[in-house]
Amino acid sequence: MSDAALDIDRPDEEVEDISYLRAGHSLGSWFLTTDHKRIAILYLVSITFFFLIGGVAAALIRLDLLTPAGDLMTNEGYNRAFSLHGIIMVWFFLIPSIPNTIGNFIIPLMIGARDLAFPRLNLLSWYIYIVAGFITLAVVLGGGVDTGWTFYTPLSTMYANGMVVATVVAVFISGFSTILTGINFIVTIHKLRAPGMTWSRLPLFIWSHYAVSIIFVLATPVLAITLILVAAERLFGIGVFDPALGGDPLLFQHLFWFYSHPAVYIMVLPAMGVISELITSAAHKRIFGYWFVAIASIAIAVIGFLVWGHHMFVSGQSIYASAFFSFLSIAVAVPSAIKVYNWTATLYKGDIMIDAPLLFAMGFIGLFVAGGLTGLMLAMLAIDVHVHDTYFVVAHFHYIMVGGTVTAFFGALHYWWPKITGRLYNETLARIAAVVILVGFNLTFFPQFMLGYEGMPRRYHVYPPEFQLLQVFSSAGAALLAVGYAMPTFYLLWSLRRGPRAPANPWGATGLEWTTSSPPPKHNFTQQPVVVRGPYYYPLEHPASRANA
Amino acid sequence: MIRLVLVSAALMLLLAVTVVAAHLPLGPAKPWIAYGIAFAKATLILWFFMEMRSEGATARLAMVAAGVWLLMMLTLTAADYLTRSWIGG
Repeated sequence: MSDAALDIDRPDEEVEDISYLRAGHSLGSWFLTTDHKRIAILYLVSITFFFLIGGVAAALIRLDLLTPAGDLMTNEGYNRAFSLHGIIMVWFFLIPSIPNTIGNFIIPLMIGARDLAFPRLNLLSWYIYIVAGFITLAVVLGGGVDTGWTFYTPLSTMYANGMVVATVVAVFISGFSTILTGINFIVTIHKLRAPGMTWSRLPLFIWSHYAVSIIFVLATPVLAITLILVAAERLFGIGVFDPALGGDPLLFQHLFWFYSHPAVYIMVLPAMGVISELITSAAHKRIFGYWFVAIASIAIAVIGFLVWGHHMFVSGQSIYASAFFSFLSIAVAVPSAIKVYNWTATLYKGDIMIDAPLLFAMGFIGLFVAGGLTGLMLAMLAIDVHVHDTYFVVAHFHYIMVGGTVTAFFGALHYWWPKITGRLYNETLARIAAVVILVGFNLTFFPQFMLGYEGMPRRYHVYPPEFQLLQVFSSAGAALLAVGYAMPTFYLLWSLRRGPRAPANPWGATGLEWTTSSPPPKHNFTQQPVVVRGPYYYPLEHPASRANA
Repeated sequence: MIRLVLVSAALMLLLAVTVVAAHLPLGPAKPWIAYGIAFAKATLILWFFMEMRSEGATARLAMVAAGVWLLMMLTLTAADYLTRSWIGG
């Protein structure tokens, strides 16, 4: 067990009060660190790099789609561009985005621990991620892959002429990084909670990360095995998915989506945890229905494993299985809806502070609702037959994964930035960025709902001229969205040099992370915190505590 | 130590049974016999080599959860394969 566990055994111990940012300036102090906060920074820089690469691919796609003839890229080039975009964004940005950066930084602080349970494993997780990322970059430089991020067989095993094996090896390796993070979070949450931090006092951010860690550990191995089988069939002709060899292509889809649908919840559950923190902090109120929101996270993690077949409604899957998957897919909307209702109910009669984090949170709720409701439409068998593999689906999952997760990631980054860096950013610019992102996102993806409903298939870059107007709107929105995403890069980096110093608790929020200095000391707390009450204990509902707030 | 050697020997024996069963004319029972042998091997490995016999309730719960998740995957996948022919494909 780590040093972090020892701290709880010695609650009165005084530890050195030096900021984690000042605890060493050499390269070795960063690249060999076992401090969860520094590893979170390493992840933040890494995923930003991959976000940029995935974003460049998206820009190429949107530029190509400006004209119906697809003038910019060849058919093959277009296939490789959207494959690269998907693979990089899913495995090298979205999945590690909130858990490995914000979660890594905040979880030990929130539960009153000195570090994660396995600090060395945490660093190993980052190195594994980087190795996988470098292999992916080598694939890009070597010509890329044209299977899409889904690696569907028999395309990936028999026909694709790109670097399929190298790509699946990269994703396979990145999976180990994910599994290690999941194990680390589960053990940390079980074993390293501060005295008095019972399960009923855990912040909802912790509950959502606990839920996502379960998915990390239980789903990722299935993807790893599936991708190895793809490589084995492609390299050695072992018959698993090829009917000529006694295999079944639909088996790939079952195995792939058993991981990849829960992967959507890997992306959105941490985002939901972020929103619970942002909403309660902005409203200065306890969350409405704490246990409902907490259990909803676990319910989403569990039910999310039972819905994968809705990706296969038109693949030849049995209609009876499809009906069952349809029912379960509708059922998973219930815990998601509980969360949305409870967030909005939390705002009711709140002492609301409209700062950038709340704007991002409100943006998340609106976009998530749009993405969720269109998800319900897609769960209906009859509608799915009409819009399957169209831009409607593309718009739907971007509303969840980008409108939801990326917006929440930016919200989290703004909310905890003062804690992470010890600096305050320009609030006006941050509010403008939140609005630009919201407008840019909707301009990009709402026309894609219309395109899909009109019959525009996904993954085609040559299309009928009547679709051009909506495609141009979408590309214009993407440009605006790029501006919105670029803005925080500038004012946040500027704040590192020129921003005012942040107090320990700039938002007047509850939570143990706000009781320590900004940035936190190397070992998080100068004294072991002891928890005596539940989360979100705000003066609005507890006036007696206002004087102490 | 002796226990582990005995378990290793049992695993080798089960491996031999797997190989022999693969070559016997067992008809439709053949895959089910193979599944049964695989289940027995996995149980031995979990219980002795992964030390589940001496673990606490939480670790055992995690093991059961993994089994339940595997069962979920197999059951719902089978729900597709076993019902495809019900309406003529």
